Amino acid sequence: MRTVLSIATICLAVLAVWYVGAVFLNAKWERDQAARAGVGIGWAEIVPATMSQERPVLPAPHQVAVEIWKTTVEKRITSKRSLVYHGWITLSATLLGFVMGVGLGILLAVGIVHNRAMDLSAMPWVISSQTIPILAIAPMIIVVLYNIGISGLLAKASISAYLSFFPVAVGMVKGLRAPDDMQLDLMRTYNASAWQVFWKLRWPSSLPYLFASLKVAIAIALVGAIIGELPTGSQGGFGARMLNGSYYGQVLIIWSALFGAAICAALMVGAVGLAQRAVLGRTGQMR
Amino acid sequence: MPETGAISASSLDLVFQTRGGPVHALSNVDLEVAPGEFVSFIGPSGCGKTTLLRVIADLEQPTGGTISVNGMTPGEARLKRAYGYVFQAAGLYPWRTIEKNVRLPLEVMGYPARERAERVAHVLELVGLRDFGRMFPWQLSGGMQQRASIARALAFDAGLLLMDEPFGALDEIVRDHLNEQLLALHARTGKTVCFVTHSIPEAVYLSTRIVVMSPRPGRIIDVIDSTLPQERPLDIRESAAFLELASRVREGLRAGHSYDE
Ligand SMILES: Nc1ncnc2c1ncn2[C@@H]1O[C@H](COP(=O)(O)OP(=O)(O)O)[C@@H](O)[C@H]1O
Ligand SMILES: [Mg+2]
Repeated sequence: MRTVLSIATICLAVLAVWYVGAVFLNAKWERDQAARAGVGIGWAEIVPATMSQERPVLPAPHQVAVEIWKTTVEKRITSKRSLVYHGWITLSATLLGFVMGVGLGILLAVGIVHNRAMDLSAMPWVISSQTIPILAIAPMIIVVLYNIGISGLLAKASISAYLSFFPVAVGMVKGLRAPDDMQLDLMRTYNASAWQVFWKLRWPSSLPYLFASLKVAIAIALVGAIIGELPTGSQGGFGARMLNGSYYGQVLIIWSALFGAAICAALMVGAVGLAQRAVLGRTGQMR
Repeated sequence: MPETGAISASSLDLVFQTRGGPVHALSNVDLEVAPGEFVSFIGPSGCGKTTLLRVIADLEQPTGGTISVNGMTPGEARLKRAYGYVFQAAGLYPWRTIEKNVRLPLEVMGYPARERAERVAHVLELVGLRDFGRMFPWQLSGGMQQRASIARALAFDAGLLLMDEPFGALDEIVRDHLNEQLLALHARTGKTVCFVTHSIPEAVYLSTRIVVMSPRPGRIIDVIDSTLPQERPLDIRESAAFLELASRVREGLRAGHSYDE
C-alpha cells in the first residue's frame, strides 16, 4: 500500500512538471502566432492553447496518451501506422539478440572460470568492447554484416547481443566463482569430476547472479535493437518511428515510440523478475 | 590381506609459506589409527588439528614425512572415496533440500537411483531428521543443519569419518545429545572416526584414544588410551575414571602451553 502510494505520488509530480514544461515551451509559438495576427494574448488563452498544438515543442501528457491509444487500439496491428506492428519488429530483434547475448555471455564466463589463459586474456577485451560508443560502432557492424549477407532482424539482433552479453559475462564470472572453499573442498572429497562440480555447485551458485544480470541485459538489448534500426533506414520498429518522427517534425510520434519502448522494457524486466521468482523463490534464495 | 592400519603417519611435516614467513603447522607427527577406533584430536586453536585432518583427506599436501590411509596414499584413498568429511560449518548447499543435500555424494558417486532414496531415508533416520528431508537448510536450526551434514558424510560407504569440530558452534544441550548419538552411531557402524574438538569432556566422552596437540610448531605431545567401557551413558562423565582421563588431558594441554608464555 505504501509503495503504491509513493509510486502514485511520484507519477503525479512528474505529470505536473511535464504540464508546466509543456505550457512554457509551447507558449512561444502561441505568442508568435498572436503577434503575427496582430492580436494581444494573455496566459488565459495561452495555457489551453499549449495543450493541443499540432506540432508542439513538448506535447502534453494527454496528447501522448491519445496518440498511443490511436496507434495501438484503433489501428489494425498489421498497419504501418500501428505502434504494435512497430513494437513487434523491435521486440523480435530484442529477444533474438538477448538470447544470443546471454548465450555468448555464459559461454565466455564458463571459459574464463575454467581456462587460465582465457581468464588472463578475455576480460580486458570484454570490457573494452563496451567502452566503444555503441552509436559509433553500430553502423559499422550493420554495414559489415550487410556485406556478408546478414541484414534485417539478425543484424539488429547482433547489436542487441553486442550490448547484452556484457552484463551476463561479468555477472556469471562472479557467480561461477561464488562457491566458497568449503563447498569446493566438499566436492573434492567426493572425487567429483569438473563436469559435476560445474553442474552441481558452480551453476546453481551462479543463478542469483545470472538473474540480476538478465534484468540489465534485456533492457540493454532493447536499446541495442532500437539503435540497430537507426542506421539502416529500417522499414519499421521503434527506432524507425523515432527517426521518421524527427524527419517530419512529428514530435508526437517520437514520444509515443519512446513510451512504447519504455513500456516494453518494463514488461520484459518484469518477466525476468517473474522467472527469477519462479526459479529462486522456491528454494528460499530470494530473501 | 594383511591388516593395515586405517591411518598411519610418521614424521609428518607441513610448513605453510605465508606472506608473514613460514608457518610450521605440523611438526614430526607420528600417528597410528587402527580400524574401528574413535580418535579425538584436542588442542588450542592453531595447533594444526584441521591441517592434520586435511592432510589425511588429501586436501593439503605434507611437506615432509609419510602418511597412508587404508594402506594407500591419501590421494589414492580420496579417489577411492575412502572417507566422509564433516566440516566445521555444516556447509549445506542452500538451493538443495536436506534430502537432496544428503543425496549429493550419492549422485556424484553414481549410486543407482533406487538405492539413493533408501540410503537417504536411512541416514536421515539415523540422525533424527526423518521429517525434515523436504525442508531447505535455512529452515533448520544450526544443530539440525550440522546433523544433516553428518548424515551427508554417512550416506555413502566410507569406512573412515573425518570430523572437524562438528559441534563447535552448538550449545551444550544440543551438543550432549549429538555426542550420545555419535557414540551410538560409531558402535553401530564400526567406522573409524577422527574427531577434532577443543572440548576436554567431549574428547574424553567419545574417544577410544585422545591425541593431545600443541601449537607453534603444531605437534603431538600426548596420546591417551581411554579406560572407559564401550557402553557410555551421559552420566559416566561424573565417574572417577572419566575425571582422571580429563585431568590427564588438561595436564597435557597445560604442558604444551607452559614455555609459550
Ligand atoms: N592454508 C593455510 N595457509 C597458511 N597458513 C595456514 C593455512 N591453514 C592453516 N594455516 C596455519 O597453520 C596453523 C594451524 O592451523 P589449523 O590446522 O587450522 O589449526 P587448528 O585447526 O588446530 O586451529 C595456524 O597457525 C594457521 O594459521
Ligand atoms: Mg581448526
